[in-house]
Amino acid sequence: MADTTDPHALPGADPHTGNRRIDPVTGYDTTGHDWGGIQELNTPFPRLAAIALLLTFLYSVVAWVLLPAWPTGRDYTRGLLGLDQGRMARDGYQAVDAVRQGWLSRFAQPDFAALAADDLLMAQAMPAAARLFADNCAACHGTSGKGGPGFPALNDADWLWGGDPETLAETITLGINATDDSRLAEMPVFDWLAPADRQALAAYVSALPSGTAPGDSPGAALFAENCAACHGDGGTGGLLAGAPSLTDRSAIYGQDEATILTTLRHGRRGVMPAWSQRLSPAQINLLALYVSTLPQAKP
Amino acid sequence: MQASLTTVERRIGIGLAVLLALGGLTIAAAARHGVMAVHGAMALALGLGLVFRLGGALYDVAPAGLDRASRYDDGPTRFGIWMTLTWAMIGMVAGVWVAALLYWPEATPPWPATSFGRLRPVHTTGIIFGFGGNALIATSFWVVQRTSRARLADAVSPWVILIGYNLFCAWAVTGYLMGATQSKEYAEAEWYADLWLVVVWVIYFALYLRTLARRAEPHIYVANWYYMAFILVVAMLHIVNNIALPVSWAGAKSYTVWSGVQDAMIQWWYGHNAVAFFLTAGFLGMLYYFLPVRSGRPIWSYRLSILSFWGIVFFYIWVGSHHLHYTALPYWVQTLGMTFSVMLLVPSWASAGNAIATLNGAWAKVRDDATLRFMFVAAVFYGLSTFEGSFLAIRPVNSLSHYTDWTVGHVHSGTLGWVAMIIFGAIYTLVPQLAGREAMAWPRAIEWHFWLAVLGTLVYVVAMWNAGITQGLMWRAYDANGALSYSFLQSVQAMAPYYLLRAIGGAMFLTGAVLCTLNCRATLRQTRARDLAHDRPLAAQPAE
Repeated sequence: MADTTDPHALPGADPHTGNRRIDPVTGYDTTGHDWGGIQELNTPFPRLAAIALLLTFLYSVVAWVLLPAWPTGRDYTRGLLGLDQGRMARDGYQAVDAVRQGWLSRFAQPDFAALAADDLLMAQAMPAAARLFADNCAACHGTSGKGGPGFPALNDADWLWGGDPETLAETITLGINATDDSRLAEMPVFDWLAPADRQALAAYVSALPSGTAPGDSPGAALFAENCAACHGDGGTGGLLAGAPSLTDRSAIYGQDEATILTTLRHGRRGVMPAWSQRLSPAQINLLALYVSTLPQAKP
Repeated sequence: MQASLTTVERRIGIGLAVLLALGGLTIAAAARHGVMAVHGAMALALGLGLVFRLGGALYDVAPAGLDRASRYDDGPTRFGIWMTLTWAMIGMVAGVWVAALLYWPEATPPWPATSFGRLRPVHTTGIIFGFGGNALIATSFWVVQRTSRARLADAVSPWVILIGYNLFCAWAVTGYLMGATQSKEYAEAEWYADLWLVVVWVIYFALYLRTLARRAEPHIYVANWYYMAFILVVAMLHIVNNIALPVSWAGAKSYTVWSGVQDAMIQWWYGHNAVAFFLTAGFLGMLYYFLPVRSGRPIWSYRLSILSFWGIVFFYIWVGSHHLHYTALPYWVQTLGMTFSVMLLVPSWASAGNAIATLNGAWAKVRDDATLRFMFVAAVFYGLSTFEGSFLAIRPVNSLSHYTDWTVGHVHSGTLGWVAMIIFGAIYTLVPQLAGREAMAWPRAIEWHFWLAVLGTLVYVVAMWNAGITQGLMWRAYDANGALSYSFLQSVQAMAPYYLLRAIGGAMFLTGAVLCTLNCRATLRQTRARDLAHDRPLAAQPAE
């Protein structure tokens, strides 16, 4: 084996002078190292790299002088600009909020008729309300408020508690089955009824929307005895106690026989969160007014 | 595996396999049910399989000592390349699938194991650790032997490292499918898998140092500096970020000892340096070997190599906090992360520039040889994505890009454009040599792979730039009345075309990788036993 520390014996070196091989493409000599055929050129350090390195150092030093940068035990260097990210964030939010309060503050008073009559105000407020709805309500109620299985439609005339802005504001504030103060809506479990009775009830209730339910059937008698207290005589609803009308095809969970049997067997207890923890009273009033207009928006 | 081992080494291997099987049995028996029991059973099955494999060949003719000592030990590299390609298929298919789910979320099958949340870490772990890690280990064995002109220090530990490492990857990925995760990005594997990786990694580092200690060259080549930095720093990062208390010794669930903003800072110190030392340093080692070998050119500047190496290892370790701009992390830590990210740019570009300048005098080869072109494109994307990284780390820029798909695009310009391209370049250089052939079996398939990979990457990255900038602008826009201009939903709806493009770009990249795998299979099946003309003769070896 050749002695690799002897320059004369290095691959590429002139055996007489020991000079390193000159690379014909670049004109530089090699460093004399050789690793399984890999060599390195003895290129001088590029000035461009040195300048670029210096510039980035300079940028960093300036940033360290101006901004909070280096820890000093329990404290840190504050920087000449005296910036504080918490304060900057607060200032930014407050600046935007100040613009918003110019019109939003008027919604603090729930005088919905006067608010709705102010066309200029509505032009400012309704686009913002649509975004508020999309960010907070649409996940369950759909972007157009058309609801879905388990979630009520907001763009029709059927309401459990009422679709006027005052009632809507209260529903949004308190929620349903969410906290101790919420509206309470519970379809009890009727699994104690005999299966045949539940079958008869299901047949009767599923026929209600089409108006073909026979008034003298056993199902009708069972309905009057067990259901009418909440759903009204003949299932017309309208008691505004959280129990839907069963005659207008607006039942949230569906009104085919199989679904009704499931509902009778297990009961229903849907939840809507109480939004008073998350939205301000003015925002809730804004949303209430917006939701109350959704039925008219329906094509 | 067994062919290159002596009878004594096969016995040692059987002993280790029995230990693995017993360990697996113990874990399975202790856990009794759940994720950990399945993992114990996997280790048991692997151990038993190895016992039979080695035991069945125990008395086969063993390689003669002198003959073996005069050759490099390339069996582990061959196995590692196979595992690289296997994990490429797993990780890339998972990636394309989850990308498609973002466009067609309703296509999610009704089983928990196929949900987006469980498959996404299968993609990241499969690619980073499975594809990237196996490629790094396999090439590091090849490179350290040839640049040191020394055979690997022993014949058993390379196999322990590769098999053990792939057991870690398999444990991690199957654990996610069953719902076990530490919920730390790129460190989702549970505590016992993490401990196992530490054992494997220590053996890896020891083997690397022992092999370097036997080198016949006076100096240690740059590629080995990078491979060593990769092994050493990844060990440090992995251990510190994964310190956790198991809920029970017989269960997979554990809780990290770090809490609050310290946890976030340690996680991103780990997370960014996983990018730095796993996905950058190790692959620079790969570039520094395969680029000059393939192009037949000397490295353009030894001095730039030194600047790059020390700049990268010194600056990178500071920059993790740029992942936490505008959070509860104190401002001063953010400033340091930002400034060190900017200073990192010059050493990074020095590497990319050094690689590209090395090709001076070989541009005709770049034009004609798709393999070398893979490496050239890798160097270009390395330069692009490190520039983008430093740029995104500047706080005001980050306020636009943070939490958007721009970040996803940036990561993929690094992983697709840089990491995967240099791996493919290395594979196409290595595989013919492993097969004892002059070239790959299907040379034209390399050309197809190259263009699919480049176009797929560009489609992916450009789609994500558009997506991210669109999201960032939509989220921060207020109208004249001080209300948000867009709901979050609108920003999601606006993503649809970009997510479709992303899935298409990813599918193109996957198609290229499938071609590569088939090509490698066709090449390796026609292996001829002969000495490699490219290899310098091994230096005289100490007696084993």
